[in-house]
Amino acid sequence: MMDSLYLAWRYLVYNKKKTFILVCCITIIAALPLALEVLLNESERQLALRAKSSPLLIGAKGSALDLVMNSLYFGDEVPETITMAATDQVMDTGLAAPIPLYVRFKSRGFPIVGTTLDYFDFRSLELAQGDMFTMLGQCIIGAEVARELALKPGDFVVSSPETLFDIAGVYPLKMKITGVLAPSHNADDLAVFADIQTAWVIQGLGHGHKDVTRTTDSSVILKKEESNVTANAKLMQYTEITKDNIDSFHLHGDAINFPLTAVLALPYDEKAGTILQGRYLEKEMPYQIVRPKEVIDTLMANIFKIRNVLDAVILFVGSATLLALVLVFSLSLRLREREIDVIFKLGCSRATIVKLLGAELFIIILISAGVCAGLLAFVHYYDQSLVRSLFI
Amino acid sequence: MDRLKAEDLKKMISIQSLTFSYPSGEFRLDIEKLSVASGDKVAFVGPSGSGKTTLLNLVAGILPPQKGSIKVDNDEINSLGDSSRRNFRITNIGFIFQDFGLLDYLDVRDNILHPYRITDALKLNSDIRGRADMLAEQMGIADKLQRHPSDLSHGERQRVAICRALLPEPKLILADEATGNLDPNNKAHILELLFQSVEDHGATLLAVTHDHELLPHFDNVINFSDFLQGETT
Repeated sequence: MMDSLYLAWRYLVYNKKKTFILVCCITIIAALPLALEVLLNESERQLALRAKSSPLLIGAKGSALDLVMNSLYFGDEVPETITMAATDQVMDTGLAAPIPLYVRFKSRGFPIVGTTLDYFDFRSLELAQGDMFTMLGQCIIGAEVARELALKPGDFVVSSPETLFDIAGVYPLKMKITGVLAPSHNADDLAVFADIQTAWVIQGLGHGHKDVTRTTDSSVILKKEESNVTANAKLMQYTEITKDNIDSFHLHGDAINFPLTAVLALPYDEKAGTILQGRYLEKEMPYQIVRPKEVIDTLMANIFKIRNVLDAVILFVGSATLLALVLVFSLSLRLREREIDVIFKLGCSRATIVKLLGAELFIIILISAGVCAGLLAFVHYYDQSLVRSLFI
Repeated sequence: MDRLKAEDLKKMISIQSLTFSYPSGEFRLDIEKLSVASGDKVAFVGPSGSGKTTLLNLVAGILPPQKGSIKVDNDEINSLGDSSRRNFRITNIGFIFQDFGLLDYLDVRDNILHPYRITDALKLNSDIRGRADMLAEQMGIADKLQRHPSDLSHGERQRVAICRALLPEPKLILADEATGNLDPNNKAHILELLFQSVEDHGATLLAVTHDHELLPHFDNVINFSDFLQGETT
């Protein structure tokens, strides 16, 4: 047997390209469905786990899926906004504790989540380094953000402007990182967290600039009356909030009308949750209330259907590829007729010839299995981040 | 061109009343009686399609005759079972093919040792490896042992094929146009090497050739035109 394996190995080494192609084909056929299975299972697990731990979600009427994906997984699709009044409304019911969420802006590709400190208690998020944000313009970052961008407390992140040429649009805000969260292996690892008011400052609802009533620079004053000073465009807004200028920051308007993408409602008990849900079912309510688990379960059911189709496609493609491999192998045997004739004439039995060819196939399958196992180990090891970057 | 007189020689090959034809029926070989003495170097000549290679295959037990008997060193080769016949062939008969039959994916050393890797009848050990190296040395290809056949010249490949045939120390060597594609200088040199090796090992040589210039070097010559005319030798 060792001689057969040796000869087979020499053949495969000599025909490197052919061996490589065969190994690739078999590896892909085997690894693709298995890797997809691993990733789909992990995505199901991640989606379900987070959805299960988020009892109720209130947002604008519209796509429940967009609302859940944005609020729980910080997805790119931003739902219609509601106002901060929705938070007070939940509070007033006495049935649940509200946590406002404003997930609209990004910093270097990572979502900026405007929320309150209650969010961290609710998600049991702990700091691995530094401290929690305490003032406007500060933020804390998820473990993966810190790792990928090589950031630490004391560093800065800048919010990305939404539209480059919109001079009235969202200006970048330089935020100081006060802490880094410990890994939680979910969407929180990939987010930048700031106070809800900081998110509003990013949007331009709040800003800071020189006190125009005290400035002596007449070139920035457009009109000066007794009770009102109008400045022109020369008046620079601050793009970073510091101890020195924080007092100049102010919100324009009533915070109750400021936007949110969602409110996480944490009912005090199951009954309270059911009652709260009932109240939001009334037609005149401008909001919708959803149980994320139900939304994700529906999504899963659809994914399951797609998975079945995908499995069938993979099975079909896999079968076609296997048939092609059988064809390649049989054509290769035809090309090797002379060689087989020689070793037969030398005194080799047909059984030994079959053994030699079997050894080649065995080695190819063994290498493919090894590569496949390596790929699967890789996918399994990085499944959480792969799922986050590919699916969620 | 001498005719064989079988009764005068110690027989390595003895053929009696042999009849062979391929299933297509287009070719038929009839040999009433043919003997080859042990240690002889015999040339098979004759036109293409006269049955020279077929007879080599019959003697090697690769093809079974429809009728008659073929004895190699007093063993009735066709009465042996498949497995025994193969074992007999690989241990007692060395084959040198017209196209050498070397395997491109094996280096020279592995090609020489190849028969030992495809059967349990031959045991590969350090002595055999040493002998393979020694044969390569004798054939002048010791420095080519790590090379693959595609890197060798025609003559060098021929030498490798001879080494492979001689390694199991066979009693009989069958060479099918072993010098067919060589230039005259190489032809003479290879033939000399082959004859020398055959003599050193005390083997018998049956060689198919179309080259009449080489015939004086052989002990006997069998002309297959005679068989086509229904004659026996």
